[in-house]
Amino acid sequence: MLKYELVVIGGGPAGLSAAVEAYEQGVRKILILERDKELGGILNQCIHNGFGLHRFKEELTGPEYSLRYIDLVKDTTIETLTDTMVLEISEQKVVRAISAERGYMEIEAKAVVFSMGCRERTRGAIQLQGDRPAGVFTAGTAQRFINMEGYMPGKRVVILGSGDIGLIMARRMTFEGAKVEAVCELMPYSNGLTRNIVQCLDDYDIPLMLSHTIVKVHGKARVEGVTIAKVDENFKPIPESFKRIDCDTVLLSVGLIPENEITQNAGIAVDTRTSGPKVGELRQTEMEGVFACGNVVHVHDLVDFVSEEGALSGKGVAKYLKGELETTPNFSTANSDGIGYVVPQTVNLSNVDDQVTFYMRVRSVYDKHIVRAYQGDTLIAEKKERKFLPAEMVNFKIKKEILANLADGEIRFVVEEV
Amino acid sequence: MLDVCIVGGGVIGTAISRELSRYQLKVRVVERNEDVATETTKANSGIVHGGYDAAHGKLKGFFSAKGNAMYPQLEEELHFGFRQTGSFVVAFNEGQEPELDRLLENGIKNGARGLEIISGDRAREMEPHLSKSVTKALYCSTAGVTSPYELSVALAENAAKNGVEYSFYTEVNGIEKVEDHFILHTSKGPVEAKVVINAAGLYADRISAMIGEDDFTINPRQGQYVLLDKDQAFMTDTVIFQAPENGSKGVLVTPTVHHNILVGPNSDYIDEKNDVATTSDVIAKILKAGSKSIDAINTRKVIRSFSGNRASSDRGDFIIGETKVKGFVNVAGIESPGLTSAPAIAIHVADILKEMGLELTADPNFDPTRKPYKRIADMEAEELNNLIAEEPAYGRVICRCESISEGEIVDAIHRGLPITSVDAIKKRTRAGMGRCQGGFCAPRVMEIISRETGLSMEEITKQGEGSYLLTKRSKDALEKGGQDA
Repeated sequence: MLKYELVVIGGGPAGLSAAVEAYEQGVRKILILERDKELGGILNQCIHNGFGLHRFKEELTGPEYSLRYIDLVKDTTIETLTDTMVLEISEQKVVRAISAERGYMEIEAKAVVFSMGCRERTRGAIQLQGDRPAGVFTAGTAQRFINMEGYMPGKRVVILGSGDIGLIMARRMTFEGAKVEAVCELMPYSNGLTRNIVQCLDDYDIPLMLSHTIVKVHGKARVEGVTIAKVDENFKPIPESFKRIDCDTVLLSVGLIPENEITQNAGIAVDTRTSGPKVGELRQTEMEGVFACGNVVHVHDLVDFVSEEGALSGKGVAKYLKGELETTPNFSTANSDGIGYVVPQTVNLSNVDDQVTFYMRVRSVYDKHIVRAYQGDTLIAEKKERKFLPAEMVNFKIKKEILANLADGEIRFVVEEV
Repeated sequence: MLDVCIVGGGVIGTAISRELSRYQLKVRVVERNEDVATETTKANSGIVHGGYDAAHGKLKGFFSAKGNAMYPQLEEELHFGFRQTGSFVVAFNEGQEPELDRLLENGIKNGARGLEIISGDRAREMEPHLSKSVTKALYCSTAGVTSPYELSVALAENAAKNGVEYSFYTEVNGIEKVEDHFILHTSKGPVEAKVVINAAGLYADRISAMIGEDDFTINPRQGQYVLLDKDQAFMTDTVIFQAPENGSKGVLVTPTVHHNILVGPNSDYIDEKNDVATTSDVIAKILKAGSKSIDAINTRKVIRSFSGNRASSDRGDFIIGETKVKGFVNVAGIESPGLTSAPAIAIHVADILKEMGLELTADPNFDPTRKPYKRIADMEAEELNNLIAEEPAYGRVICRCESISEGEIVDAIHRGLPITSVDAIKKRTRAGMGRCQGGFCAPRVMEIISRETGLSMEEITKQGEGSYLLTKRSKDALEKGGQDA
């Protein structure tokens, strides 16, 4: 049986960063398993720029960003196996995987990092009704067709959902000569980053129709059109507003779901709010020696934060392998009014260097509000922004010395009016 | 000249083709779509009924019990997927309980096996998530579930192996009777045959009318369904019907042969035969009705909704037999329990041909078996290891959700029926059938089809003519040397 100190499942930005950090912290025998043909994950199909502003202080494309990490990996003794699919991991942390080249493998790992990323919600998941012709794609699938395979999936497009991939694809398809008729968004606000609304829709005169949805897909063989409608405050389509738009393609950008099949099969609890495993401050899961990072934990908006989280889990692995990882948490986190979720779900202070970054998402758009952290009625810290948007992850940093002054217990995050 | 031309490649057409492939006959199936099982058969509940439900005295009652009994052997020969899960018909109050007795009696008359009326508590012991409001149930141990399209594919592949020709994209536009045979005018040219079997499903009335036999109509009756993720399999592994009320059968909650949960269908007559759109009000109704049987329906776990039309006739029973036009046989109006009845109907049709005077000489080379797929998802470590060592393509996973390897997809492409669509691969291997619904694997499935068949990426469809997936190369300019305009 193959033996490694650390096996990383998934060679995208999270996994690469975790492996590099673990290596820097002294872990030597590391293996990254990647199911696709190359390392880099979904970044390989994200050929637009804007990656790395936080991490590298410059605007990179997806492949350029991942190449930075791939090059870092190449400078180490970290081993990688691509075109390799992990089937499961056992309670003893035996990773079972297959590849065409190597067949069936059992790999004994002292520590494992989950970095399997996420997948897109589909037409079935959002219960989009009507005919079921060809021409309904998730935005990511269309992106792969155009950017990696070199094919156009359609000419006249309606996009449902204003997630970032949908916005990016509105611009991308326009570049390639397609006509994007509209982007329909069920919510009264966009689910994409503001900069993407401006750079991908406004700059190309593509209408963003808020509080709108597709009520019916038309077309027997290939999409011929959609009926869209305005929705009321209960998201119910308003019949008087029904309007048909002719098109041959529908792109869905209606949310991402962490891919946690391996996690769940290993018996690790998944948080229903994030759809990812519950993790601690160094991204340790409930299973000893198993860590998780990136979009498998919660869906991030910027890859820079994915890398940051990957590095945290790499630190955690190194600490764990040295036997220095403290296990009993001091704090648990809770999301209160206005907050959808908080990661990490627990904090053990002795594993923290100088501060803890809490990632969270607000539930709707907040102007003139503030996010506050409480223990009981005691205000611990607060985070100001000009505006809080569900699309933009809140990074709430709290210094270790502040937490050290608190009794063990729950830290509650809440959105409050200023 | 053909001995027999079968019009329609649904479960009935394919079952008849396979039955006739036992004999030394020249048989062709003409199908207007790109594959078998593309219409009614594709969107079927997949239940192998116990045979107690269809009224005694009708053809439905006669064939369903017989067909049910044939499934275990058929599965052994063809490996299409069949599980004898058992079924409940549940009553929610005393008023409904006499219906169970009626069904039991009817079933016994039909020759159904394994029937028993049990208490609600006993039923809940077997299926703990069954609603507390169930008072009694008719249990049928011989009922089961199958995959209707995989059955059709298996029947067709086995028939093809035994000499039956399959001609896709072949639409029949007219039929002429010429002396002792027929000329079928199809979109691929004329086809001559001594005997024509009309298994055209929703369009059987049109095909029949082409030779002047227009004494029945097919009225499409729609059924919409929702399919739930495999992680909901805990809900039930027994087929759950509701006791008929006011003539309506109620909504079914059933495991599929692959351990998803299927909820549906409704039953509404519609105008257009090819209208398979789903509607949000019906889907909502189905989910509500289904949660009468099982409380735990989690609508967030829906991975797909779909719709199919039953080929109901105005006769209220199957229409099977030679028409006044000698040599022309109708197998029409095959609605529920048509899937269950299909293998028995096929034998009956062979008998009809014999009575008509067609010589049926057993083919000594007939092979009833079809090799099973090598499913890596079902394999133990050692078996998997050996397989990949021998055929590396089995080590490359293409569909993550269902763990389908490249080896399985390549196998599906080379089994004797032409493959031109992504759905054809989905039906045979389940690639794209999981929770991501092909988001990740569709591009790779298309590449494999293209490589193995020589079709270009643009020629590959989702589900036949007009359902193209790609419009053109996006990198034409680059490939022409980067000379952008």
